[in-house]
Amino acid sequence: MNRYRPWLLLAPFLIFDLLLVLAPLSTVVWQSLHIVSPDYEMLPGLTLANYKRALDPAYLPALSRSFLYAGTSTFLALLLGYPLAYFIALKAGRYRSTLLVLLMLPFWTSYLVRTYAWMTLLQTEGVINGLLLKLHLIEQPLHMLNTSGAVILGLTYCFLPFATLPIYVALEGLDTRLLEAAEDLGANAWQTFRSVIWPLSLPGVVAGGILSFVPAVGDFVSADILGGPDDHMIGNVIQQQYLGSFNWPFGSALSMLMIVLMGLAMMVYVKTEERGE
Amino acid sequence: MKRLLSLHAFLVYGFLYAPIAVLVLFSFNRDSRNVRWSGFTLDWYFKLFNNVPLQRALWTSLKVGLLATFIASVLGTLAALALTRYQFKGRSAVTALVFLPMAVPEIVMGTSLLTFFVSLGFGLNFWTVVASHIAFCVGYTTATIRSRLQGTSFVYEEAAADLGATPWQTFWLVTLPRIWPGILSGAMLAFTLSFDDFVVTFFTAGIGSGTLPLKIYSMVKFGVTPEVNAISTIALSVTLAVLFLYQKLQPKD
Repeated sequence: MNRYRPWLLLAPFLIFDLLLVLAPLSTVVWQSLHIVSPDYEMLPGLTLANYKRALDPAYLPALSRSFLYAGTSTFLALLLGYPLAYFIALKAGRYRSTLLVLLMLPFWTSYLVRTYAWMTLLQTEGVINGLLLKLHLIEQPLHMLNTSGAVILGLTYCFLPFATLPIYVALEGLDTRLLEAAEDLGANAWQTFRSVIWPLSLPGVVAGGILSFVPAVGDFVSADILGGPDDHMIGNVIQQQYLGSFNWPFGSALSMLMIVLMGLAMMVYVKTEERGE
Repeated sequence: MKRLLSLHAFLVYGFLYAPIAVLVLFSFNRDSRNVRWSGFTLDWYFKLFNNVPLQRALWTSLKVGLLATFIASVLGTLAALALTRYQFKGRSAVTALVFLPMAVPEIVMGTSLLTFFVSLGFGLNFWTVVASHIAFCVGYTTATIRSRLQGTSFVYEEAAADLGATPWQTFWLVTLPRIWPGILSGAMLAFTLSFDDFVVTFFTAGIGSGTLPLKIYSMVKFGVTPEVNAISTIALSVTLAVLFLYQKLQPKD
């Protein structure tokens, strides 16, 4: 009886997961290996034609742009997030839990709404331009919306809490006696940071990097709302294949390619961080 | 050094909150452009109250959120109990399965569900949205409840069994009350994820089953208006209300 009980408890979860996660993901793999007829019927016979087409120069810019934008915004999020996590974990004292809640709060709110908020700020007739004009810092309103900078800004903004929290968790568990020991042994602040704090916080940096990089690569909302026509990321191309061109097998192949490249990028990233240690 | 760090923290929090603050502020602005403050008004909210499709979208969002949360919480509770109470072959494989949806980019979750539903011949409707939301919520509820259960001992269950309680009685009278806070935090996470989800719903909703984020998106595509600011403020308020409720319900430890 006891041998079956865990499986009995797991059965509802497993059935749902099989039906709603594994089966759909397998459908994507299966579909990516087929081509469609001009009237969108899936043709029999397995082929790699979609993958060949996905690597076509026509689609490479969107693909490389995705990794460039996601990489840049992840880097910026870590750059902004690390000192913040350090401050909350080690210097904030009694404000620690308040600051932590304030950091988590945006995570709970709608990603779409937060991206829209930037749209209202960046538009030519927006608050930022209005303010700059009023202060006579500029004479003409700046063109900020529909640029690649706006897309990267949007991604950085939305994934900043994702990058910061794991670093906080790593630093929060830091044994403060190690810092005292380093000080006793005559290390200055920079040496303590470089040889004690940084190596111990590295797992947090890796986790934070992955947590912001993965959703950023596959994102299409930021480029859609804040970017111009030349800022399309692979997510926009996939969305277009599904809801515009109705070539689902090709969209599937693009999705698979994105996931594989993402996996490779993360492996390289984890390896370099490990070497940095 | 500490001065510099506090200044940095101050600026980052400003960066995080200023856009949201401006968004909310301008939902009360009389001027129809989001540039200059020209007086307080509730007009944009009154306009929303007369917008029937919008109300329907909000209602759909709430229904989807509640249904998906309930089912994902039940499934997650059972799975988390199995994963923390029993040693069995295949446990690590099941754990990997729990985390799989979190590792898959949202857009692929959406397109894969769309492909799956259509290849089975299902039309997209309210229930395809609910099913899709369960699909991405169940990993989060299981993981949350599981992390709460790890490290709690099961001596009370053993005591109940020794005293002659049936497994069913033990579950309702002993286990459930003890793990309730964990279930609640999993459920709350699921609700906010479902309520705010745009990407997966974008691919799996049919005509008439659009949720609030879809409605917001279609309005955003026409540009910035105080009306969109007002709905966004309402969406933010719902999420914050859930968080507040959760804080109130949480036992102090």
